[in-house]
Amino acid sequence: MIRRIVLAASVAALVTAASGALADAPPIQVTIKNHQFTPNEIRVPANQPIVLNVTNGDALAEEFDSTALKVEKVIAGGQSGIIRIHPLRPGRYAFMGEYHSATAQGVVIAQ
Amino acid sequence: MLATLLIVFREVIEAGLIVGIVLAATKGVPGRGLWVSMGVAGGLAGACVVAAFAGGIAALFQGSGQELFNAAILILAVGMLTWHNVWMASHGKEMSRELKAVGAEVRQGGKSLLALAVVVGVAVLREGSEVVLFLYGIAAGGGATMASMLLGGAAGVALGAGLSLLMYLGLLAIPAHRLFAATTGLITLLAAGLAAQAAAFLQQAGVVTVLQTPLWDTSSILPEGGMLGRLLKTLIGYTDQPNGLQLMAWLGVVAMMLTLMRVVNARPRATQSAAIAHPAE
Repeated sequence: MIRRIVLAASVAALVTAASGALADAPPIQVTIKNHQFTPNEIRVPANQPIVLNVTNGDALAEEFDSTALKVEKVIAGGQSGIIRIHPLRPGRYAFMGEYHSATAQGVVIAQ
Repeated sequence: MLATLLIVFREVIEAGLIVGIVLAATKGVPGRGLWVSMGVAGGLAGACVVAAFAGGIAALFQGSGQELFNAAILILAVGMLTWHNVWMASHGKEMSRELKAVGAEVRQGGKSLLALAVVVGVAVLREGSEVVLFLYGIAAGGGATMASMLLGGAAGVALGAGLSLLMYLGLLAIPAHRLFAATTGLITLLAAGLAAQAAAFLQQAGVVTVLQTPLWDTSSILPEGGMLGRLLKTLIGYTDQPNGLQLMAWLGVVAMMLTLMRVVNARPRATQSAAIAHPAE
């Protein structure tokens, strides 16, 4: 019984810790319109996790893609998506909209 | 139109390469055409469902639904590929000695075919849902360019399927007694690569937040986004900036696969199976 309580408590602690980590930073708003990102230069603090909330204002789907940030996420037309980015070392990290890479280009700058 | 063609081509080739490897790995196994077709059909149907509910899936788990879904189906594929390789290691010797397997062996072969059909289904589902979402947006958007873009999409499917077919035929050119070893190796690397991708999706979802720092950067030599980089990413899980968790997942799956195959292979008639287990020596 005690073991069960300890287990439940540690699970609860883990869940709280996890959701706490997820809720930490307020999301940075990014929009896609006419296959362009606004802002297309995103300045973020280095060495801490960040969250982007990307809203796709176009009718067409877009894939937020960045090998440098290790992110691949499809955002359907007219919808938004949460993108979590691991703590970055200071530097520039390019990203793009894979479905319209001619115009959909941007960079995350960690300082 | 050209942009549409390229995007669809890329997604189709990523699924097509996996289908090609599966087809080569099951050469001579009766009924494989049906199983693989069922995998493709199931994957396509699933892709449409996933695309239709893309918004709902993405909203799950505090906005990490898409990443967790990707990670889950990738891990499922890793499991199925492992099952296939281990099963082949324990039964493959009879089948490669005499390619036309009969009787009970065939029925057991059906189990491994089921696993591979799931792998095919998962590959088609994953890439297919992106194609469906992409093309659906174009179709829904309408406009004068719609017809040419859809034409580009169709051409992309045809080209991707054609190139996958070429790779399959290339694999078949490998002499029969080496084909088994070749496809076993390809499937091992494929599974390791999928595991590394699954690890990255778990990190992107925020579920795993350790070992996230890239270990090295080869993007200046072989960028992951280039054609060769993408090809290698599909086949062996190449990434130009792997992190610790990805490397551990990759090495872990290779080690697990080799160990399991060795264990099941060593059990009965170790001397006979040695030639098949270590054909390179």
